[in-house]
Amino acid sequence: MTTLIPAEPVSPPKAPPGKRKRRRGGERAGKQLYGGKFTYAVLIVFTVGSLFPLVWTAIAASRNNHRLAQNPPPFWFGGNLFKNLEIAWTDANMGSALINTAIVAGSITVGTVVFSTLAGFAFAKLRFRFKNVLLLLVIGTMMVPPQLSVVPLYMMIAKLQWTDQLQAVILPTLVSAFGVFFMRQYLIGALPTELIEAARVDGASSLRIVWHVVFPAARPAMAVLGMLTFVMAWNDFFWPIIALTQNGSPTVQVALTGLGRGYIPDQSVIMAGALLGTLPLLAVFVIFGKQIVGGIMQGAVKG
Amino acid sequence: MSGTTSKSRTAAPLSEGGAAPRRVGGSGSPGPVRSERRSRLYRWDLKWSPYAFVAPFFVFFLAFGLFPLIYTGWASLHQVELTAPNDMEWIGLRNFSRLMEDEFFWNALRNTLTIGVLSTVPQLLIALGIAHLLNYRLRGSMFFRVAILTPYATSVAAATLVFVMLFGRDIGMVNWVLGQVGFGPVDWENGEWTSQLAVSTIVVWRWTGYNALIYLAAMQAIPNDLYESAALDGATRWQQFVHVTIPSLRPTILFTCVVSTIGATQLFGEPLLFNRGAGATGGANHQFQTLGLYLYEQGWVNLHLGRASAIAWTMFLILLLIGAVNWLVGRRLRKSS
Repeated sequence: MTTLIPAEPVSPPKAPPGKRKRRRGGERAGKQLYGGKFTYAVLIVFTVGSLFPLVWTAIAASRNNHRLAQNPPPFWFGGNLFKNLEIAWTDANMGSALINTAIVAGSITVGTVVFSTLAGFAFAKLRFRFKNVLLLLVIGTMMVPPQLSVVPLYMMIAKLQWTDQLQAVILPTLVSAFGVFFMRQYLIGALPTELIEAARVDGASSLRIVWHVVFPAARPAMAVLGMLTFVMAWNDFFWPIIALTQNGSPTVQVALTGLGRGYIPDQSVIMAGALLGTLPLLAVFVIFGKQIVGGIMQGAVKG
Repeated sequence: MSGTTSKSRTAAPLSEGGAAPRRVGGSGSPGPVRSERRSRLYRWDLKWSPYAFVAPFFVFFLAFGLFPLIYTGWASLHQVELTAPNDMEWIGLRNFSRLMEDEFFWNALRNTLTIGVLSTVPQLLIALGIAHLLNYRLRGSMFFRVAILTPYATSVAAATLVFVMLFGRDIGMVNWVLGQVGFGPVDWENGEWTSQLAVSTIVVWRWTGYNALIYLAAMQAIPNDLYESAALDGATRWQQFVHVTIPSLRPTILFTCVVSTIGATQLFGEPLLFNRGAGATGGANHQFQTLGLYLYEQGWVNLHLGRASAIAWTMFLILLLIGAVNWLVGRRLRKSS
């Protein structure tokens, strides 16, 4: 069970012995070997492999169905991009689906970050009974697959008459065990206990301490957790497709399923829809890519 | 973020007397009554706010995590239909025994296993290689890192739709490239092996970069001295990789194995959408139906929620089994080293 905890393998090197500097950002002071031509060649091949399907989505979305049905497939952009995007936007409801997804992913991100920071702070720095038992419970829940609770969850939302409503997707994912664990690991090191004690001596209540000491200290980790959660919530598929249907208020992923199932048979429009569902996240990646990479290297967990 | 420690340190003692807000010896003291109230409030705050801080997590977890988990077990012992989810009829273990006789269950289990191996093994091996290359000093290393992670930002749905087109039989790009080098067109979707390979490709594409970054992080924590002494002993770069890097990464590799295995067991979106519009069967002959997809088909296409619950519990037991095997393997590895 302890092998599941990512903190051990990904923690930064312990006390820097001798001449080794602490690594900072992308720079590091490990092996100083420079990559040769072979290294660059292989990495470039993989970069192309990683990016090509995305680029090709845009290429296919800018063509028409007729051209896509010909051999060889197109390798460069055509002139139909905006027409296809418009059809996907209106006919396939991608517009409202995007708004729904933004609401869902936004709420889940805010909830996860705030609740994780609060709980992470308590687990990292406060004393209370049953702390270790509760923490073990948090870690244990990271292992439980979502399939295991999907049937009762569905029965619950059916009873509450939440089917097709966004809270059916938001509420079950509003907290995250990984988030709690992540914030705890961060705050143990980043928040000096003396600072909390000093605030207490000054007569600050716990809530004030959270607001004026914990949140500022936790901000970098909150940002990383927020981005990871946003990506995850935006791409969530299994539960939304059960809780939300095409005809209700679908998220982008559910709407895309409808496209794929052939409600709209036009391949270039399907690709335009896929592009619309991916673009917002690609934008997030272009802006925050560096931080997301840093966050994952700090010990992100799938799922 | 550099301050993260792996060791769990218990919070430093916050002795109630030492940190009391009562200002001793302050000249304009607010009087005994008020100070008494304040100190009681303070102690109350100290005692109960930790619970208040962890409460939101546990409230949501109990409602949407633990309760459903247990209730799934209960539902798996009943006959429940999707159309009337509140009418439950007790049938004991019949859902499970029926599952054992169901050829589609075994088919889905087999497919989950093969697709799991086909996706997890290459994914982790490639990730290890890429991480090793990224560990060199490179120009634009951040660009490479972001670029190989980009597929992670793509949703299952969008990625699968694109790969369905790339793997098309008549006009797909994969077959076009194969045709250029003299291979006949492959019917990716309808063949058993080919469809599973195609579905695995989507998984490999989305997760390799992610795993590479996790390996990279662990590689950067390996002390340089180990490489120096290995080099002094005359080890080649390959020998250093095998004898220094891999052993140091063992916990991380084990961790990614577990996480990828859990992910592979739950595979759902890729096989659902790889099947052009044919629903949850996983291909005309169920050739790429996974357990996750089978669960969905039983529950939300055939409307048998009780059976779906039984599948969910079976999946959970399989995961526990895999976890136990992993743990045993890890323990043996640790002992042998």
